[in-house]
Amino acid sequence: MKITTEKINSNLVRDVEEVSGQKVSACFQCGKCTGGCPVVWAMDIFPHQVLRYAQMGLIDELLHSKTLWICASCQTCDSRCPREVDIPKVIEALRLIIMREKGGNYLHPNDLPARVRENAPQQGLVSAFRKYAK
Amino acid sequence: MKRIGVFICWCGSNIAATVDIDKTIAAAKQMPGVVFADHNKYTCSELGQDMVKNAIKEHQLDRVVIGACSPRMHENTFRKTVEAAGLNPYYMEIANIREQCSWVHKDKETATGKAISLVRTAVAKAARNEALFSTEMPIERRALVIGGGIAGIQAALDIAETGFEVDLLEKEPSIGGRMAQLDKTFPTLDCSACILTPKMVDVAQHEKIRLITYSEVEKVEGYVGNFTVTIRNKARSVDMEKCTGCGDCMNKCPQKVSSEFEMGLAERRAIYTPFPQAVPNKPAIDRATCRWFTQEKCRVCEKICPTGAIDYDQVDEFITQRYGAIVVATGFDTHKLDKYGEYAYGKHPDVITSLEMERLFNASGPTGGKLLRPSNGKPPKNVAFIQCVGSRDKAKGNPYCAKICCMYTAKHAILLNEKVPGSKSFVFYIDVRTPGKDYEEFYNRAYEQHNATYIKGNVSKVFPDGDQLVVRSVDALSGALVELVVDMVVLATSVDARSDAKDLAQKLSITTNAHKFFNEAHPKLRPVETQTAGIFLAGVCQGPKDIPETVAQASAAAVKVASLLSKESLKSNPTIAEVDQKRCSGDMSCMAVCPYGAISEKIIEERRGRETVTRKIAEVNTALCQGCGACTVACRPGAINLKGFTNEQILAEVDAICL
Repeated sequence: MKITTEKINSNLVRDVEEVSGQKVSACFQCGKCTGGCPVVWAMDIFPHQVLRYAQMGLIDELLHSKTLWICASCQTCDSRCPREVDIPKVIEALRLIIMREKGGNYLHPNDLPARVRENAPQQGLVSAFRKYAK
Repeated sequence: MKRIGVFICWCGSNIAATVDIDKTIAAAKQMPGVVFADHNKYTCSELGQDMVKNAIKEHQLDRVVIGACSPRMHENTFRKTVEAAGLNPYYMEIANIREQCSWVHKDKETATGKAISLVRTAVAKAARNEALFSTEMPIERRALVIGGGIAGIQAALDIAETGFEVDLLEKEPSIGGRMAQLDKTFPTLDCSACILTPKMVDVAQHEKIRLITYSEVEKVEGYVGNFTVTIRNKARSVDMEKCTGCGDCMNKCPQKVSSEFEMGLAERRAIYTPFPQAVPNKPAIDRATCRWFTQEKCRVCEKICPTGAIDYDQVDEFITQRYGAIVVATGFDTHKLDKYGEYAYGKHPDVITSLEMERLFNASGPTGGKLLRPSNGKPPKNVAFIQCVGSRDKAKGNPYCAKICCMYTAKHAILLNEKVPGSKSFVFYIDVRTPGKDYEEFYNRAYEQHNATYIKGNVSKVFPDGDQLVVRSVDALSGALVELVVDMVVLATSVDARSDAKDLAQKLSITTNAHKFFNEAHPKLRPVETQTAGIFLAGVCQGPKDIPETVAQASAAAVKVASLLSKESLKSNPTIAEVDQKRCSGDMSCMAVCPYGAISEKIIEERRGRETVTRKIAEVNTALCQGCGACTVACRPGAINLKGFTNEQILAEVDAICL
């Protein structure tokens, strides 16, 4: 893992800030988000590291992390963040960026079993498509 | 037989938790001469002091022993207490059963035993205490401020405003100091010169302030209220009366020299003022580089000068002046970087110190305020800032934090981004420290709004790559290696005490710490006083600090000076050395060890049998003696005694412990 001038000056930080509406550079790495995350045990990089990697332009490391897909957006972290960074929104932005770059859909309505399609609450379906489809 | 009263203080639980008060009192009652012993929760309180006063009257006590905290804390308090009850203040003795007993012991039984020993010691001494009397000394109502930076300027102005005469001494041709070199000041970004130069002018115009520039302290004698200072007024080679400050000489002088004020980034002439707004705005000839003084040719300035002010024959003059108080405000040096080869400073023109960066930002600096790379004169896009260069480095630099670098680097990052659109700064730090009003918010601005990326890691190597520089480090937060290609590297150079601080300390009889910063009398409660009465400190010469703190300390020192000078007279310290003429052998060992020059030879006449003989003995100048006691140790016949700490008293204390 290596940080270079090009990586820091890459468009990643600007893109994440634009998509999420959050100030990624505001994070000063106190670690409170990670300390309180209820699903941190399943993550390969911690929430505060997601922010740091984004600040430093470490895009490859972020793309390959499981963390982005494990975050449940429960917002425990952002309710406690002293720098007013809505971390779930940042992670959401990263997911969007990844998917937009790859142009891939991870969820297609036809793939959903009828049982789920008919019984799952509409709100759940919408947010699932928001999260996993382009 | 003396009638001694013993008062044991609980000091809340400070003493009472570790020392058995009742046992100590019971033991004290058995000690020779003790006719009264009691205890109190807080003897220093009004109630406690009243108890002491009442007991003195009720039991006709003539000596008092207080078992309490260190005499450094409350000796004066209790001296006043016994004086109020009609006793000589020096009849009171303190047994330090807090700092030297309860605070350093855990076991109650042994601590109680020690407390009893300490009380017995104090009782033995008190029984031999004699009445001592202070004399009144006049005060010279004039102050000297050494150093004409912002600290000295502020102190001089504040003292002058209280109505006392002040001499402001500056070793350079102009006052202004470091602050004159700075571009903007954090956290408000107001222009340093804009807020400093009006004060410099105030100093020059104030009727109570005499400005003595291009001068240094040669010798300091005397004591609080009555210092006699010899000042060396260096030969300026310019007649200050005749010179109008037109500047023609500086324009025509053919000898160019690297400018100290511009940190070597520009040149000045051999006849020069350090900067355009200099106060006084009259040049001096730098004799080390002037062609007349080095090669005996030229004399262009003499021909040019319309008022005939150039005087090559001037010599150093000595001014001797008496002062009541002295403020030391001599500032700092920046750390030398010869041990930091890894940063390539001096090897690559684009590696500069932060003070050089100030000059590159400054509108009156070598680039006219445009930030340009020294190597190619183009504006830099990416700039690396390295923090703690020479600070927090036990191995080859200063172990302490220089305190100002985090803030001025945040300032540089903001200014860079404002001056060069689209530029970016990378700040390599160990910790970011921003305690101060509006400081954290200022630092936040640097990375939120001004494109500064902070990287936690110290830089280990800087090397050129084409016309750029490669900076190697690690981002300790992500664990990633860092290798950046940048256009400039700015080193946040540490703050050192002045290289000649030790010399000045010796002249003033004040002390320095291990890093040559002058010591304050108490780190919390007497931060502007020194251990030498009448000498006060302001600014970085006492330890690293920023401008707001420096100005606050300077004003505080001014108040201390004013309160000293506004007294009618001073009470002398009566615990000074005294020579027993009969015993003195005249070998003058005492004179050799006296740090204050207070002992001199005296010839006395003596009758020996039928003859009158003359012989040499030692004499103590009561005004100069500070009561340190060095002479009493050096005296072989035991002829010299420190009043209040006589050999007899000390031996009585030893006996009380050992017998």
